[in-house]
Amino acid sequence: MLGRATKIAQALMTAPKEYVCLMRLHGRVTEDELVEVLRKFIGPIYQRPPLRSSVKRVVRIRRIYYIELLDREDRNVLIRVGCERGTYIRKLCHDIGELLGCGAHMQELRRTKVGPFEEDETLVTLQDVMDAYRMWRDHNYDECLRSIIMPIEKAVEHLPKLVIRDSAVDAICHGAWLAVPGVLRIDSGIKVGDTVAIMTQKGELVAIAEATMRSEEILTADHGIAAKLVQVLMAPGIYPPAWKKK
Amino acid sequence: MRVLLGTKPPAIEREVYIKDEEPTDPRYGKPPDKRGVEELLQAGIINLDKPAGPTSHDVVAWIKKMFNLKKAGHGGTLEPL
Repeated sequence: MLGRATKIAQALMTAPKEYVCLMRLHGRVTEDELVEVLRKFIGPIYQRPPLRSSVKRVVRIRRIYYIELLDREDRNVLIRVGCERGTYIRKLCHDIGELLGCGAHMQELRRTKVGPFEEDETLVTLQDVMDAYRMWRDHNYDECLRSIIMPIEKAVEHLPKLVIRDSAVDAICHGAWLAVPGVLRIDSGIKVGDTVAIMTQKGELVAIAEATMRSEEILTADHGIAAKLVQVLMAPGIYPPAWKKK
Repeated sequence: MRVLLGTKPPAIEREVYIKDEEPTDPRYGKPPDKRGVEELLQAGIINLDKPAGPTSHDVVAWIKKMFNLKKAGHGGTLEPL
């Protein structure tokens, strides 16, 4: 995350994740036994963070959304896991091993999805970045860099949106909560407490907020607060304050 | 044979409710796809496949130095093996 985009770190941290993991079993297990045990870990599970962790070591509940058995060769098991943020895959492997009876450990881990980011054509290597930088710096060719650096709006692709009037933008940049009259368009399906992205009509991200009304309420109300600010992303002054208009 | 347990969440289908219409002033702001490199460097995101050697911290420092940025960050480290 570059510059102001570091501010979305918090929003991304709470997003669901996906990992591909190489698990090594400590004994012999049939495919059926393996699948049956893996199935038991779908849904909410208990986890206590391992010794080497930055969080308080209390037992907590985390959701496993899916486990895909990708490949199996003797004691090597390759799985893809979709889970709630804060799930320890190492602990998951350990617990799978416990339930199998023979024990298991996490051999390798790769994170494959974080919120809207995944392993697609946007995934680049350090080498790609260096090459693109050199093209820009030495040859004034910016197309490579522009295809590598994504606008901050990409980080909220997965969030429901509230599109607002130009006149409401600057107030929000200064920390004002979003009032219903400022809203032009509302994504359906927003519930109270949902994280939403506040956008301009030009598609720029203004702020991340927490909805205080449902989509239908925002649509029909003529006053009240639609969302309270969580994080402002847009710099103030890009849109003029409402009282200066005209 | 691949086996999928649980369900991969489907993409959420959303409709857009139009509460009101109002033109946007072309003098202010700019659509994200019109931003130049300098603007992207001020508020952009790179989906980077970090190699196993350097730490996330190392990579951020490297990127900051390359682009002469005052601020940059990463999306979180993996749990230790």
